[in-house]
Amino acid sequence: MSIFVNGQAVACPDDPRVSLLDLVRERLQLHGTKKGCDQGACGACTVLVDGQRMLSCLALAVQYDGRAVTTIEGIGQQGHLHPLQQAFVEHDGFQCGYCTPGQVCAAVAMLDEVKRGVPSYVSGDITATGIVPTREELQERMSGNLCRCGAYNGILDAIAEQLEEAAK
Amino acid sequence: MTPFTYARASDAADAVRRGTANAAKFLGGGTNLVDLMRETLERPAALVDVTGLSQGIDLTPAGGLLIGAAARNTAVAEHMEVRTRYEVLARAIVAGASAQIRNMATVGGNLLQRTRCAYFYDNEGSRCNKREPGQGCDAIDGFHRGHAIFGASPACVAVHPSDMCVALATLDAVVHVEGSAGARTVAFADFHRLPGDRPDLDTVLAPGELVTAVELPPLGPGARSAYRKVRDRASYAFALVSVAAVVEMRDGRVEDVRIALGGVAHKPWRATKAEAALRGRPAMATAFAEAADAELAGAQPLRDNGFKVELAHRTICAVLAGLTREAA
Repeated sequence: MSIFVNGQAVACPDDPRVSLLDLVRERLQLHGTKKGCDQGACGACTVLVDGQRMLSCLALAVQYDGRAVTTIEGIGQQGHLHPLQQAFVEHDGFQCGYCTPGQVCAAVAMLDEVKRGVPSYVSGDITATGIVPTREELQERMSGNLCRCGAYNGILDAIAEQLEEAAK
Repeated sequence: MTPFTYARASDAADAVRRGTANAAKFLGGGTNLVDLMRETLERPAALVDVTGLSQGIDLTPAGGLLIGAAARNTAVAEHMEVRTRYEVLARAIVAGASAQIRNMATVGGNLLQRTRCAYFYDNEGSRCNKREPGQGCDAIDGFHRGHAIFGASPACVAVHPSDMCVALATLDAVVHVEGSAGARTVAFADFHRLPGDRPDLDTVLAPGELVTAVELPPLGPGARSAYRKVRDRASYAFALVSVAAVVEMRDGRVEDVRIALGGVAHKPWRATKAEAALRGRPAMATAFAEAADAELAGAQPLRDNGFKVELAHRTICAVLAGLTREAA
């Protein structure tokens, strides 16, 4: 049994109580993923599983046998930032930085969801597959990630810039 | 968390067989159960992972949809048959939780969510009949602005937290379940319980019974549906009040209507009195207000949640006005 974390095969923990979050932080020493509330209320622990954003604190690691998990360390590295990370830097998308890995992981997957045409609560026509990523759409789609510093405007600016870049 | 064993079920029969073990629980996406286990509110000795069971979303011979209990919330909300034919369901799902949680949570698990009553969660400091039957309820005289205005009992005033289930109540969905005594179906309206003197029981499921699918009957060709949720912040919060409605119009009259309310009772509250008051009447603001009056006359608010009566009234009227305008 193994879980593939950032491309590396990792043995599933013997104790089924170990969360995916504790697996990456405590056993793999990948400290980018943060433990905020540990109860699914803040989004700081967001990782990608087979490209989809999920909360690693509510995930029992044993359930993810055979799946591909991407943490922030798999998205960008110091000196090789993901373009979205660079945009966060340029737009002051953080202050203390604690929520940032979760914000970046969530935003990367969110941009895929927009491309795929997944509707949101603020979508006008629920059957439309071409999502117009207005500010309101981005706010709603990122609402699962809290930022207690209140860097929301910078975060949205960074994401909006990425969308513009991608559209070029 | 207290220690437990973990096993993946290969199919429904395997799940049911494993689920009969002492203190076993079925595990879906874990978005509620894992949290409850961490708080030691749930202490299963065995977890049976049922996420490998049916995730299908398939047309039924009757022309409806059969949704496997392991289908993720996102998969249902983005499915084009759901979006085009059951808008209320897609809208309700995307009104709930966050994208991350919707990617994990299953349809079966959504039905089996426990209440978010803070006293239920306060293991150490509060009395709760849902957590510990017979202990008493600290919510009734406590901080209860989010609690029930319909169907509560002296034992429990908690509300059901789901958005999806409010939509399913208006769609007359059918819940498919399987247990050691065989398979059966339960009408959605009968699936969740009012608290009575057993608030520890949320549903009519027998011990060890597994939800395998949710079936949606077809809607009339002219039916329109909508979901509106009112909460303390714009997103990622449970409902103070929500309204799901399905309307069929003919010649300016409300031919048929189904309305359900969320955030107001121990189960999704089907507003049958409002429906009866509106059926056959012209689609006018006075008719909507009288329908809302008919239902809300039966509301029994607590000390601090009387605002929900007014809020439900306005939301019912707004949803009906929007829908009948579209459907006319």
